[in-house]
Order: sequence, then C-alpha cells, then structure tokens
Amino acid sequence: MTSITLTIAGQTHTVETHMARRLSEVLRDDLNFKSVKIGCDAGDCGACTVLIDGAQHCACLVPAGQADGREIETLETSEPQLFARLQDSFLDHGAAQCGICTPGMMMAATELLRAVPNPDQAQVEEALAGVLCRCTGYRKIITAVMDVNGETTVCPPPKAGHAVGQTIRRLDGQAKVDGTEVFGADFIPDDTLLVRAIRAPHYHADFEFGDLLAWIKTHAGVECVITAADIAGINCYGVIPPLADQPALAEKTTRYRGEPVALVVGDPKALEALDLDDFPMSWTPRPHSLTQAEGAGPDAALLHDHRPENTLIRGKVVSGAPDSAMAEAAHVVTGQFETSYVEHAYIEPEAGVAWMDADVLCIQACTQAPVMDLEDTAKILGLPLDKVRIIPSAAGGGFGAKLDVTLQPLLGLAVLKTGMPCRMVFSRSESMQASTKRHPGSMQASIGADAGGKVTAMTFHGDFNTGAYASWGPTVATRVPVHASGPYLTPNYRATSRAVHTNGPTSGAFRGFGVPQAAITQESLYDDLAQKCGIDRLEFRRFNALRDGDVTPCGQTLQAVGMVDCLDALKPHWDVFQTEVAAFNTTFLTRKRGIGVASCWYGCGNTALPNPSTVRFGITPDGQFNLHQGATDIGQGSNTVIAQIAADALGVQVGVINLVGPDTAITPDCGKTSASRQTFITGRAAEASGQALRAAILRLTNLTHVDDMTLEGGMLCVRQDQNDQKISLKDLPVDANGYVLCAEKTYDPPTTTLDENGQGTPYAVYGYGAQIAEVEVDLALGTTKVLRMVAAHDVGRAINPQLAEGQIEGGIAQGLGLALMEEYLPGQTENLHNYLIPTIGDMPQITSILIEKPDPEGPMGAKGLGEHVLIPTAPAILNAIHHATGARVTKVPALPHRVLAAIKASQT
Amino acid sequence: MTVITPYLRPAALEHALEALASGSLQIAAGCTDLFPATEHKHLQGPILDITRIGSLRGISHTDDGIRIGATTTWTDLVKADLPPACRGLQLAAQEVGALQIQNRGTIAGNLCNASPAADGVPPLLTLDAKVELQSKGGTRVVPLQDFITGPRKTVLAGTELITALLISKSSLTGQSHFLKLGARAYLVISIAMTSARLVVRNGVVVEAALAIGSCGPVATRLPQVEALMIGKAVDPAVITDDMVADSIDPIADMRANSAYRAISAAELLRRTVLELAMDQEAIT
Repeated sequence: MTSITLTIAGQTHTVETHMARRLSEVLRDDLNFKSVKIGCDAGDCGACTVLIDGAQHCACLVPAGQADGREIETLETSEPQLFARLQDSFLDHGAAQCGICTPGMMMAATELLRAVPNPDQAQVEEALAGVLCRCTGYRKIITAVMDVNGETTVCPPPKAGHAVGQTIRRLDGQAKVDGTEVFGADFIPDDTLLVRAIRAPHYHADFEFGDLLAWIKTHAGVECVITAADIAGINCYGVIPPLADQPALAEKTTRYRGEPVALVVGDPKALEALDLDDFPMSWTPRPHSLTQAEGAGPDAALLHDHRPENTLIRGKVVSGAPDSAMAEAAHVVTGQFETSYVEHAYIEPEAGVAWMDADVLCIQACTQAPVMDLEDTAKILGLPLDKVRIIPSAAGGGFGAKLDVTLQPLLGLAVLKTGMPCRMVFSRSESMQASTKRHPGSMQASIGADAGGKVTAMTFHGDFNTGAYASWGPTVATRVPVHASGPYLTPNYRATSRAVHTNGPTSGAFRGFGVPQAAITQESLYDDLAQKCGIDRLEFRRFNALRDGDVTPCGQTLQAVGMVDCLDALKPHWDVFQTEVAAFNTTFLTRKRGIGVASCWYGCGNTALPNPSTVRFGITPDGQFNLHQGATDIGQGSNTVIAQIAADALGVQVGVINLVGPDTAITPDCGKTSASRQTFITGRAAEASGQALRAAILRLTNLTHVDDMTLEGGMLCVRQDQNDQKISLKDLPVDANGYVLCAEKTYDPPTTTLDENGQGTPYAVYGYGAQIAEVEVDLALGTTKVLRMVAAHDVGRAINPQLAEGQIEGGIAQGLGLALMEEYLPGQTENLHNYLIPTIGDMPQITSILIEKPDPEGPMGAKGLGEHVLIPTAPAILNAIHHATGARVTKVPALPHRVLAAIKASQT
Repeated sequence: MTVITPYLRPAALEHALEALASGSLQIAAGCTDLFPATEHKHLQGPILDITRIGSLRGISHTDDGIRIGATTTWTDLVKADLPPACRGLQLAAQEVGALQIQNRGTIAGNLCNASPAADGVPPLLTLDAKVELQSKGGTRVVPLQDFITGPRKTVLAGTELITALLISKSSLTGQSHFLKLGARAYLVISIAMTSARLVVRNGVVVEAALAIGSCGPVATRLPQVEALMIGKAVDPAVITDDMVADSIDPIADMRANSAYRAISAAELLRRTVLELAMDQEAIT
C-alpha cells in the first residue's frame, strides 16, 4: 500500500491504496465517487470516463500510481455551472434513458465544451466516440450536447388532467444526470462480503471438486465455498415453471461455457485479488454442439434426457389451405435466412447486494422482473415467499436478459451461509458468458401472391438455437409462428418453429422474442415478391397491409390497425429518397445507395397467457399522493409514463405524484418489464386505480365531476364549476397501508389459449410500424453505412412523445447492430472489443413519426412500442442493401465480407 | 494465489534500467493493453511504470531525423507538427480506439503488444522506423520489421526497454496516407489497414513504401509492389489483387474471412495510393 494524492474539485485527497489498482476502483471504493461506472474494465465502453488534467481517460485503464498528483474530475466534482446546463439539456432532450452511460458521456462532453462551446455534430461524435450507449441510439445525446449553450425553452408543467400526450422530463431523470442513481453495484452496506463464481471453462463437461476445505484454509480472506450441496430448496429454476431446468449451481455436469458451479465468499479486498485458477476441481469435457444444426443432428448428445432430439418445444400456427393456395399462386418466392447469437450488451453488467433484515432476505439487484426473481429465489433457497424481498436497483439496461434470475439466488445462498451482507458484480466476460442471448435462427419461407399482387399464402419454418436451458425459448417458439406473416393479410398460412438445445449460451428474451429474426425472412421475401408482381415495394406492402376487421392467421379479428397509416406516413419520404438515391447512383460508380422498407406488428403482453398488473394509488393523511408503481423502469420510461396516466386518471398534476417502488415488499405485482406490456397493461391498471381513487373522492364530496384538485394545508380541495369542496384528510380513517383514500386495481388483458393450430386470441392489443432505411454500400469493400432512417409507429396514443421517440431511436440502434455487426461467438467474443455494438458514429439521421390510432383496449388508447421499434430495422437495411447492389444478404450480421460475397454472387 | 506485488515508478531512466537488470518486471505505460488483459482490479505482476521518466515522452527533431519517445501517446502524435511523410502515422493515431485510448496508449506499447492489428505498425514500417532498445548493458537499434517477430512476439529482452522510435531523415521525404477498415465507426479492431509513403519527383515515383496490417501474423511491407511503382506516375492500378495476396498471409476470424481480407487489403492499398495521387495533383 502506498499513499497517493489526488486533487478533486480543488480538494486534495490522500488515499492509501496500491499503485497498480485501477483508478476507477479507487474513485468508487475509497472516495465514494459512484458516478464512475464500470462497464467492461477494458477501455471498451467508456462508462468510467473521468477527466485527468482536463483530458478524458477511462479510469479503469489508469493505475492509481499514475493519478498521483493529478487533477481528477468526475460527475460529482466538476464545475457546477456547466454541469447544470448539461444536466438540463440531457433531461430536456431525453438524452438519458437507463443512465448508466450518462456520467461517461457527460465527462467526455465536458472536455469538448470547454474547448468548443457550440460544437457541431461531427465534433460531438468525435469527442463522445469512446462512450458506448445501448439505450438511446445516441441521437438525443448528440443534440443535448450541441444544445447545451442554446436557448432554453422551459415548458410549463402540464395542467392537471393534461399530462398524457405531453413531453415531460422523465420523473426519475435527475439522479441519472447527476450521478446519484443507484445501480446494482452502487449500494454497499458496511462489512459486505464479496461473492465470486467459479464457472465452467468448457462448453459441456463433467466435474468433480477436490479438497475444498483445504483450499479455503490456504486462502486468507475466504470465508466459505458454496456448491450445489448447499442448496436447501429445489436447485432448478426457469421463467416458465413447467419447463424449469436450470440449476443455480451445476451439480455434476455443466452444459454451457460460463455455467456457475461454485461460489467463493469472503473479504472483498482479499477475494478481489485472488486468482481462482487454483480452485480445486477437475473437468472432463464431453462432446458438445453449438449450432441449431449440430444440436438437432442425429448424433448430438441430449442435453436433457427427457427432451428427445434436443427439442425443447415446437410452435405452430395454421390457417386456410397453405399448400394448395401456394400451388395456385401466380408468383411464389422462397428463401432461407440465418441469424446469429446477439448479446444484449447493456453497459451495466449484472450486479447486486443482499442482506438479512430480521428474518427476511433482501436482495437489491438490477432486474426486469422482481416478482419472478422472488419466486425463483425462494424456491431455490427453500424459503417461504414472504421471507424474500426483491428491491430492484436502477437497471443499466436490460433488453430482456435481466428477466431471468442471474445472481439473485447466488447472493441468497451466500447470505444464508455467512449471515453477512454479500455482494456480487459480474465482470463483462462473466456477464457475456452467463447471460441469455437472442436466439440464432435458421429460417425458410415461401410466400405466394395472385396475379394482382395480393398475398395468398405463406409457409414458414424456423429452427432456433435455444442454448443449454429453456429460459424464454418457449416464448420465442410460440411468438414466431403467430407473427411470421408480418402485418399483412395472409389467408392461407402455416408457420412452424422448433427450439433446439445446444451447448451454446442459453437463448432467452431479447427485444422482440424471435420476431425480428422472422421479420428478416418475411420482409426480404416481400421485396422479392413485389418485384415479381411488378409493384413498388412500399405500395405492395400497403396493398397487403392488415386493416381494421381483418383476420390474423390465428383467427383473431383486429381493431385499431394503424398499419396503412404508418406506410402512408412514410410515402412522401420514400418518394424523395427514391429520387435522391437515383441521382446519386448515376454520379457514383463504386459506391451505391439504396432504400428499403419493412414493417412490424407485435402483440403486447404474454402470448395467450394471463399477465396481470396491479397498481395501488393512495393518499396519506398529510396529503401525499403515492403511486405504487411496480413496473421496473430499465430506461424505457415506465416511471414517467405510468405516472402520467395515473395523474390524468385521478385529475392531478403529475408533479404531485410520489413514485413508490418497485419493491416486492411495498408494491403490488406489475409483472415483468417485457413483451412491450408495461405502458399497456400496467398503464391500464394505473388508469383504473386513478379513476377509482377519483370516484372515491367524488363520493366523499357528492360531486359529479372534478375540474381541479389541489392540496392546501392538509385539505384536499376539489372544485366543480365554481363550487369548492374540501376534505380534511387527517380526519379520515387510515387503512393498513397508511392511506386515508386508496384504490388498488388489477388489469389482465383478455386473451385466450391457442388451440393445436394456433387459433385463438393471443394478444388483446397489437402495435404496428414501418421504417425506411437509406444505405450506402461500398461495392469494392462491402461496407454499409446507414445514412437515414424514417420510422412511423402506431402507438395508439403517445403518452410521452419524447420517450416514444427515444424508444424508436434506441430500437433502431439495436436493429442496426443486428443487421450489420453483432455476432456473439461463444469463447471468442466475450468482451466489447470483439463483440461490436454500434458507436455514436454508426447511427443514421432518424426521423420519427408517431401515428395515433387509439386502441379501445389500451389506456387512453395507448399500445406498446418497446420491441416493435427494433423489428423493421434490420430487414429495411437488408432491403436497402439489395436495392443498392442487387445483392441479397441472407445471413446477418451483414459484415463486409458477407456483403461483398453476396455482391459477387449477384453478379454471376 | 495472487500476492500484490511491487510497483516501481522511477523518474530516472537509469533507475528503470537498473530495476530491469535485477529482475523480471512487467513494463507499464498507458496500460491500454495490460488492464484489458486481466479481470483483476490491479495490474498483474511486478510492475515497472515508466511514465514518470520525462525523457521517454515526446517528439524531437534531431540531426538524423525524428526521435519519438517510447511513452509518446497517440494524442501527442496527433498534435505534433510533423512532416507530410508522417501524415499516415498521424491518421493511424486518430483511429486508435477513441480519445480515451489515444490519451493513454503509447507508441512503444503498441509495438511491444505486437498485435497483428497494431494500428501504429504499418505507417511506421513505411517510415523505415527503427526501435531503440536500452538496457543497463547498453543500447541497440533494431529495424521495426525485425523487432516484431510474430503475434505477441518481439525481440525485446527482459532486461530491455524501448526508449524511442527513430525515423531517419532519408525516410521523412514524400507524403503518406493511412486507411483502416473495420465493421464500425469507432473503437474498432481493423479487418485490414494499409499505409503508403511515396516520394514523387517530376511526376514520377522515386521512392515507394507500402505496408499492410491485420492481414498476417505481423504487418508487412510489399517490396515487390513498391518496385513496380518506381519510375512511373502514381498509379493505383499497378497494385493488383494477386500481388497483394502473394504478399500477405491473412487469417479468418470473427471479423472477416481470409479471402475477404486479401481482397479488401488490395482495394484499401489502391485507395491509399489514390489519395496520394490526388494530393500529388493538388501540389503539381
């Protein structure tokens, strides 16, 4: 240990530390500057960006010794005036979603803004290029930085009852822009022990432990080792209980690389420095499969004995007479398409802390599904449900992978064994190895149309690599056949799917649950079919688009279908782009531009299964309006949107609402943040509870309606016309939850189960959208640059237009990654320099168009949006590449070598 | 089991050389490769941090040419006032990671790490750079192409330190350019990269230096192609796919297959030369 001296905000700090320690750790651990976020420990993500003597550095790459005597700035410490402007600009422009990259972005921006007070876009991109964001698609960050010294226009807060439809700052935004947000790794009680996992280095292997006790004795600071033998409950979990198959700690065999087999618990400093290579165990590798073709092959060893042919599940939707209709079609197109494993790559690796509060195990970790975490954790630990409490920390991105339990049961095991608070933070490579992925798909489809260009038939089959364990594989296998037609009327239809086990990482939920993969297949073929029919590609889609009263392949009659409206909104842009692209292409020979269009539809909520949300809304004797909002906000904005809906339903200003939770001890279950269900389902529950609370107030006042509701000195003042009624809150009886007036309402969307042919009502509400991509392809190098995108999405009602735009831009960023660069290869891309996600320089200009075709089932007409936005992007880009080059890329990502090979193939 | 080990940070070069002579040490500077190589929260092994040695950082113009100190960062290179022959090196420096990496990463570290995709190597090869190595026992100077012997392999002895890169006056003539090809805009390890330095007199190439990186175990010069360019006007078409393919030995990995690497390297090299041809037109 040595002492080093850092100057931070003019103050000198002397720290006892080791010179070789990462500065990021010194700043977070020793000095408690928790705005410095750790995303990769490799300089790949920039979340830990700080200024050293005014220049940006990744603090994770700086040995503490090199910071000695230097001036350090973090988000907590930098100049207040510039930071206030930056914070306001980030909040006004919606530049922070989950907030995990925000401190790094703001530090990088600070260096720039000091040198260039009014930077242009190129300067912002250059300066912020070293910080990755997975939520926003970067556009709003660029605008926020460019606009820091611009005119500020402060909008007055919306009047009571008029919050819905307004862009208001996100209600949980301030902590995200000032560095005080508490993510999974940020809360550390005193005397907390550290937990590290021993993980499988092989894809498939048997293992045995050696002398664990002897190892513990020779390793100072190690408190205990935990193995499957320590598990008191059922060592088997899974998001779909009947198919649960995953051990919290493997017992004899591991089925994927990175599967945990043991935990080492001990003193944080000692454990952190420990090399776990000498952990006493032996491995016997077994044959393995990594692709869906290998897993389904005749010689593949079974991953789970009770699942023949390594088939987890099959899905099917059949309607009409697809084979005869195909035979009679005037035009038929057929194609095969492949997609890769895609990593969620949230900038916050899984992290959390757990402790005992009397006899209740409390777990504070990043998650998308607190109640499911509770149920699985209790089951594994053998605890009653009321002895586990899940307190979601802020989640630094999720996108589906934080739906499955990750470290929650492991933390529980450690706390129960040691009796001490315990924390666990996954490294980037642990996160990438152990978290779920988007399913790789091998898909084939045929689509037929009549001579007039009406689609008459479609057949589809997809094999999906579901990896080692079930996770959300069944959901993908079910959702894909329901959606594979795209949002087009398809009277004769057969779509089948199969989820195949392999020794690859477990595939789970990832924004779209397989629908983005299926859309690549269907939308690529639609371009080919439009060409065969001799119809403009946009017009062909409009001609076949679903309309009100149309029947889906599941036999469901649709209402509030905004598909044609979306395509019509794109049409003027399509025409302009056509002309501009044609002009460019006559001038340039080695680079060609092209445009593509693709659509999406997506059912909101669980497929053909109940998924209720319950919201409690109460008024305390001292006049606090508490909204128990159990939907985890992983950056998408539910904390704000649900409050806007509740405020309008009750008739108060949104600003008076206190958000409570999520926390399983104090918020009713709002289900999981997935399936684009929170705005719709929790929104409906919030609307109902707001209305019920309003009705209760009306009953007390004998009024028939309310024009205004305010609080004045413990009195609730309700006005109808010129008539004021006052309720003395403190004189009302208090209920068990501490409220004098309270409503708790549940909403569960009306769906039905699907029969053996997939017939039924899988969803109560669908959202629709379409996007145009303009690309430029370098014909000699095969590189693709997306120049512009226009996205029109039917959201039913835009509760908060800016948040909706943020979803669109972020979804496009992930769709662009899926299309052009993202390919997770187990064992090869377990970091953020071999696994590429889009940077600030990869994003096109985006025009968002919000279409509002209200759905009677949605809250105030609203539909879900979160996943829809990603679905059209990749096929629109692939169609644009085809338009530019004549080359059809059938395997994504369309890396330069694949595009060039496709170009060469198209020329022969 | 890991024991936290010594961390030396001398201010004087002789103390660093003394320490290297007395035991095995990991030399550390920008740490942009050392930290990503470990998941630990501290650097591994006994460390010799050379960033306090002022004489090792910076660019100086000498009678013989240019001397680039070992711990000169990419940002230092970008900001330096250098002759047009070094423009390729400066362009490469701007393409290393993003600013955070450019502010820390050092030119000598890039060579010692000896990645086949080291951004600095192709432009330095076109500058005929030499590596100055010092140990307690003395100083030796090794041509860059002899310094890196394979992926992650160099001739650096355990007792030695790179103190500088030397570029002689004779190689500081002409103009240079650099191109890097990757699958995204920033923070990218290249699929292929090319560097070229040409000296043109009276419209005729009198000296040509071409190099390709990321397309073999080490970056390489292309003497056969260079020879063909001499005595002619600058003409990218001289560079054929076949000739380039014969000069390199690309691997297939997650970034690209080997056939693509060969084709794209040739195309990239032609474009690099084309840039110089266009510069030439602008001058004449």
